[in-house]
Amino acid sequence: MIEPLLKVRNLRQHFKISRSFTVKAVNGVSFDIYPGETFGLVGESGSGKTTIGRSIIRLYDPTDGEIIFNGKKISGDLDRPTDKMLRQNMQMIFQDPMSSLNPRKKIGDIIGEGLDIHKLYSNVKERNEIIGEILKKVGLSPAHAERYPQQFSGGQRQRVGIARALVMNPKLIIADECISALDVSIQAQVVNLMKDIQAETKCAYLFIAHDLSMVKYISDRIGVLHKGWLVETGTTRDIFSNPVHPYTKSLLSAVPIPNPKIERHRQLIPYNSAEADYERCTLRQVSDTHYVLTDVA
Amino acid sequence: MENILSIKNLDITFRTNAGLIHALRGVNIDLPRGKTVALVGESGSGKSVTMKAVTGLLDDNSIINSGNIFYQDTDLLKLTKRELRQTINGRQIAMIFQDPMTSLDPTMTIGEQIMEGMLLHTKISKVDARKKAINLLAMVGINEPRSRMKSYPHQLSGGMRQRVVIAIALSCEPKILICDEPTTALDVTVQARILDLIKDIQSKMGLSVIYITHDLGVVAKVADFVNVMYAGKIIEFGTAEEIFYDPRHPYTWGLLSAMPDLETDDDRLYSIPGSPPNLLHEPKGDAFAARNKFAMKIDLKAEPPTFKITDTHGAATWLLHPDAPKIEMPAELRLRLARARKAANYD
Repeated sequence: MIEPLLKVRNLRQHFKISRSFTVKAVNGVSFDIYPGETFGLVGESGSGKTTIGRSIIRLYDPTDGEIIFNGKKISGDLDRPTDKMLRQNMQMIFQDPMSSLNPRKKIGDIIGEGLDIHKLYSNVKERNEIIGEILKKVGLSPAHAERYPQQFSGGQRQRVGIARALVMNPKLIIADECISALDVSIQAQVVNLMKDIQAETKCAYLFIAHDLSMVKYISDRIGVLHKGWLVETGTTRDIFSNPVHPYTKSLLSAVPIPNPKIERHRQLIPYNSAEADYERCTLRQVSDTHYVLTDVA
Repeated sequence: MENILSIKNLDITFRTNAGLIHALRGVNIDLPRGKTVALVGESGSGKSVTMKAVTGLLDDNSIINSGNIFYQDTDLLKLTKRELRQTINGRQIAMIFQDPMTSLDPTMTIGEQIMEGMLLHTKISKVDARKKAINLLAMVGINEPRSRMKSYPHQLSGGMRQRVVIAIALSCEPKILICDEPTTALDVTVQARILDLIKDIQSKMGLSVIYITHDLGVVAKVADFVNVMYAGKIIEFGTAEEIFYDPRHPYTWGLLSAMPDLETDDDRLYSIPGSPPNLLHEPKGDAFAARNKFAMKIDLKAEPPTFKITDTHGAATWLLHPDAPKIEMPAELRLRLARARKAANYD
């Protein structure tokens, strides 16, 4: 049995807005990510998928629950060595390639920032070599290191975002909607690049997206989120061929199929979220890999 | 079939600091009355520019080199901006914009925003306008429309806001509705509901609809006719069935294969290499040649004319020339299309 790379247990993330009002963004979410696999997280906007990613990489302080990464507990207070391990081994790719790169820094410096902070090179020549290598790996050229973000197209910028994550040689990359701002033909290029990189470096992805067909294509396992609850998890096959939770069924029925004669008459399966009281539900096992949140009563 | 809107050979250049950008290079689009036409393409292909020309929203740095836009018998390009605003916009042609977050005024209640167009374009009393606004809100599926009239945009969710935008567009009973990526900013479940709503209203009011989108799934759901745009040209057009079951242009092939559907289990997604051309430097020959693995020598020299396949279907690629070598589309796509045809019982 392989040890999971990331164990999330009962993660809760609440944001206190005022004395009487708290946003419960994430409510008791548990899942594992194994080394070298891709875990897709899908859900509507406001379901908490981005929050989960940000809590894991500790951009937020989790309200409750336990996160174990690489054998170390990374929830709660972080000591110096754990923090250093976390920052080196977990990286993030953001959604909007236009706003996630500092317009005043050269591409080389954006990518090299992590190397500088963790002092991962012995001299400037070595640093530039590492950056040039990584640029080549993501399909750009080492000469691009001297340019500024605005000189690149959206697809190229997202490649820079990927290079920035990769340069640290991380074990886990959190990709938060990293292709939704790109054109269809460019999306395919970036997703293929991410797959190639995974085959080479054996890194794991937490792939957060709302585009179900893309998630299906890239993920080994999928978690479906609704209102901060993980309503169903399973392998990609479990979720797509045998969805159990009514919310998952509704979500799948809304994905448009590029087939006009069928799509014109397809009905959305409705899901009344007001009725569901997830507080009373527990995760029930359907098969080895497939879990569903169901009412105990 | 009678066309309510007909764009003929539209050619537009933009003057910019960097130089002239030839954004539209001879675009022809017909919108039959009561039907839905989709305009598909990547960003920068000229879909939005085409529609801005129809509604007179082009920026001042644009130069219309040639072309006509006939709405029934009027050439919209011959009208001044003022005439367009007084007679066409809102009352004949209305538009829904992409982002419901930014296309509503945050300082006005939604009631005021729906009534604004009516009071401006039609002779109607404030009391009647109010009644009509409430009816419109009910029609687009907003609960308790009377109290919602006093809400501000920030009090509504994204899907609700897009419903309000639709209500505004319908307020003057237009004949044509132009939807510029109406659901890209919304979740899939909300998207499905909004598309159903537009379809429903279309059949109730006898609207003709133009969709601008890059999502082929949405196109399959709503469109009767499809126009595929690339680098300021329509490179393939046809009925939705012809485009989805029998595409002929390699770019259309690429678009269809780059989108994973829920049934494909390929290891690798086909992607169109490179990126769209910069129209600052006008491409020589076929604009798609640089990204096309089927490109022939002639593609680099001469621009392909549009070859007719059926009365409704045409594509601008040299591959359709009688002397061209017979080229098969990629095997994965062929399988996928066969599966789609079979599922749909399409001969």
